[in-house]
Amino acid sequence: MYQYDEYDHALVLERVAQFRDQIERRLNGELSEEEFLPLRLQNGLYLQKHAYMLRVAIPYGTLSSVQMRTLAHIARHYDRDYGHFTTRQNIQFNWIELEQVGDILERLAEVEMHAIQTSGNCVRNITTEAFAGVAADELLDPRPLAEILRQWSTVNPEFLYLPRKFKIAICSAEQDRAAIMMHDIGLYLYRDAAGELLLRVMVGGGLGRTPILGQQVREALPWRHLLSYIEAILRVFNRHGRRDNKYKARIKILVKALGVEAFAREVEEEWQHIKDGPAELTEAEYRRVAAFFAPPAYEALSDTDLDYGSALAGDAEFARWAAHNLQAHKVPGYAAVVLSTKPGPAMPPGDVTAAQMEGIAELAERYGFGEIRIAHEQNLVLPDVRKADLHAVWQRARELGLATPNIGLLTDIIACPGGDYCSLANAKSIPIAQAIQARFEDLDHLHDLGELSLNISGCMNACAHHHIGNIGILGVDKNGSEWYQVTIGGAQGKASALGKVIGPAFGAEQIPEVIERLVDTFLAYREGDEPFVDTVQRIGLEPFKERVYRQQEASA
Amino acid sequence: MNNLIKLGTGGAHLVADDPWNWVREPLEPLPDGPLLLPLALWRQRQSEDVLAGRADSRDGLWLAPDDEPEELAPWLAGLPLIALEFPSFRDGRAYSQAYLLRTRLGWQGELRSVGDVLRDQLSHMRQCGFDAFAVREDKSAADALKGLQGISVLYGRSVLEPRPLFRRRIGADEEEC
Ligand code: HEM
Ligand code: SF4
Repeated sequence: MYQYDEYDHALVLERVAQFRDQIERRLNGELSEEEFLPLRLQNGLYLQKHAYMLRVAIPYGTLSSVQMRTLAHIARHYDRDYGHFTTRQNIQFNWIELEQVGDILERLAEVEMHAIQTSGNCVRNITTEAFAGVAADELLDPRPLAEILRQWSTVNPEFLYLPRKFKIAICSAEQDRAAIMMHDIGLYLYRDAAGELLLRVMVGGGLGRTPILGQQVREALPWRHLLSYIEAILRVFNRHGRRDNKYKARIKILVKALGVEAFAREVEEEWQHIKDGPAELTEAEYRRVAAFFAPPAYEALSDTDLDYGSALAGDAEFARWAAHNLQAHKVPGYAAVVLSTKPGPAMPPGDVTAAQMEGIAELAERYGFGEIRIAHEQNLVLPDVRKADLHAVWQRARELGLATPNIGLLTDIIACPGGDYCSLANAKSIPIAQAIQARFEDLDHLHDLGELSLNISGCMNACAHHHIGNIGILGVDKNGSEWYQVTIGGAQGKASALGKVIGPAFGAEQIPEVIERLVDTFLAYREGDEPFVDTVQRIGLEPFKERVYRQQEASA
Repeated sequence: MNNLIKLGTGGAHLVADDPWNWVREPLEPLPDGPLLLPLALWRQRQSEDVLAGRADSRDGLWLAPDDEPEELAPWLAGLPLIALEFPSFRDGRAYSQAYLLRTRLGWQGELRSVGDVLRDQLSHMRQCGFDAFAVREDKSAADALKGLQGISVLYGRSVLEPRPLFRRRIGADEEEC
């Protein structure tokens, strides 16, 4: 893991002091709410329905056990005993008092964490996939470049008041588990035949009101030019992005207005001025940062473990969990474990209690190298578990309520906080998620359905990525009451696609039934073991619509 | 303009007797004294010699956020003052304009921020090359002075410090060419 040196420490501590002073000036009336707003957002502080919410960055989703314990401490002492892990590798605390924010940030700084730029119209937390550094299908660990980008974008004075927020994601595996096409900048890291480290740069992705997938502006950018190239993109955006309408201010709108070729030309022209300057990365810096991400001291193990094998054979429940909640590891004899934060109706997706956090911290120390990851599906990952330890990990995870064997399945729902917390919401998300989870509690049925992603956003800001869920649910407002629009056919990863609306919106109480009918249609038309999204692609929307709405009318 | 902070060799100081008049709209008649004019009006008032870059101008130039700094290139040597506007402190275009003027176009003279200029953004402005700050009228410039320093660590780079931290970190230059 990256470790702070005196510069990193100084920056974070000075920032805490600065924000403390700003909070004080807000409290004594020197700063108006309007003046304070962007300052607090750039420090991760939102005002929600009932209280302040603090969003803490977990850069590129990597967390130590020590840091996790600090999050547990914050949940326990400053919040109501839990935190919410988000789709952007952050954690949100929902019940925060303004007067305590300085103390919380100071606690975080002690363990090399912060909330800087987790919100606001600036470059946000740099994200990557949860399995960075360990995935079997990974080409390169993207985290050194992510850390370099994190530093470069933190309090970068020219780019703190962009037209709109700016999200960058980087990935380097066969499968894109970082949703890079949905980001303002998506970076794909690879090597050419000669072994040189290169980047493919995608710009203008984003969901929200105008869902668009990113488009390629540059192929084969040598890694040394990463910072200057991004600087060029940001300068073009800062100068020319729209500022007259908040809903048209993301870079995707600029790229669309100019056309991707013209946009790429502007960037290229700007880049020519700066590309060989001091922003060019050095081998020394890459090596300095990469050293922090060097592989831990893995044991030389055989890839097949006898105890693991017999546990699988002897314990069907364990075998079921192992079939769904593990990810293949680069190193023989190890696996990455996904801890599900979606136990069903008992707990909203992404919510983790202080006691669970402490349990996870301990698991990571005992059966790993004290490291934890955050997946953008809102689950947690133990990246380095020996196969021989999997059974013990499973048992402990089960006690902690984190072993629901549903990763990638229908009940592994991605949901935003919605109307229960968020003041922008049209409708609630959490009760919808819980109602669906209750309907699909039968594990055998769930597993028969195979891979199926379901995302619920409480409004068109799309915090839960509903457009790219195989099934997407969007809260809409109809004359002041809460309705839900349903899309199908969305997908993430390299085969990203935006879902299509099946028809008129539904009331909350109808949703579990609607999902069931979608699933029944799928089962009726499914060929072999094909996943839901393939069936939708093959047969189109009509059969689904027909079944959902015909029965709808019949029952009305 | 009053309520002004300037950076000088002796550090930052308050200026109470600044002579410049910021003319936002073409007024008739124009006020007395040195004028800070929008680009179109500035052009109108200059002699051919000034426009051809052969003579100095008496008028300062106020660049609106959507004006292109590159257009000023022919006249830069003869300008007494350039002001960049923050129509709202949340509008960050002037930071990039300042970068371009200082770093790419080589502007050495006074670069003044005008408009919604507030304490909590002054350090960013300073990093981007502003050396004069016309603090919003209803705010205390003396108080705003406290915002000039900002955070001492700069990870990336800026007009004041063109080398990113990775070139300045202790030991970073060991194997640099
Ligand atoms: C509860 C407080 C929250 C508020 C007020 C909020 C607000 C917003 C707004 C206004 C947008 C749209 C911005 C735009 O399109 O320009 C947005 C986008 C987004 N939010 Fe949130 N959000 C909140 C919580 C969350 C949570 C809990 C998550 C993760 C589960 C999240 C993840 C995202 C993501 C990933 C996007 C980007 C979607 C895109 O690509 O356009 N947000 N949020
Ligand atoms: S999608 Fe809408 S309701 Fe949900 S968290 Fe985002 S802004 Fe709030």
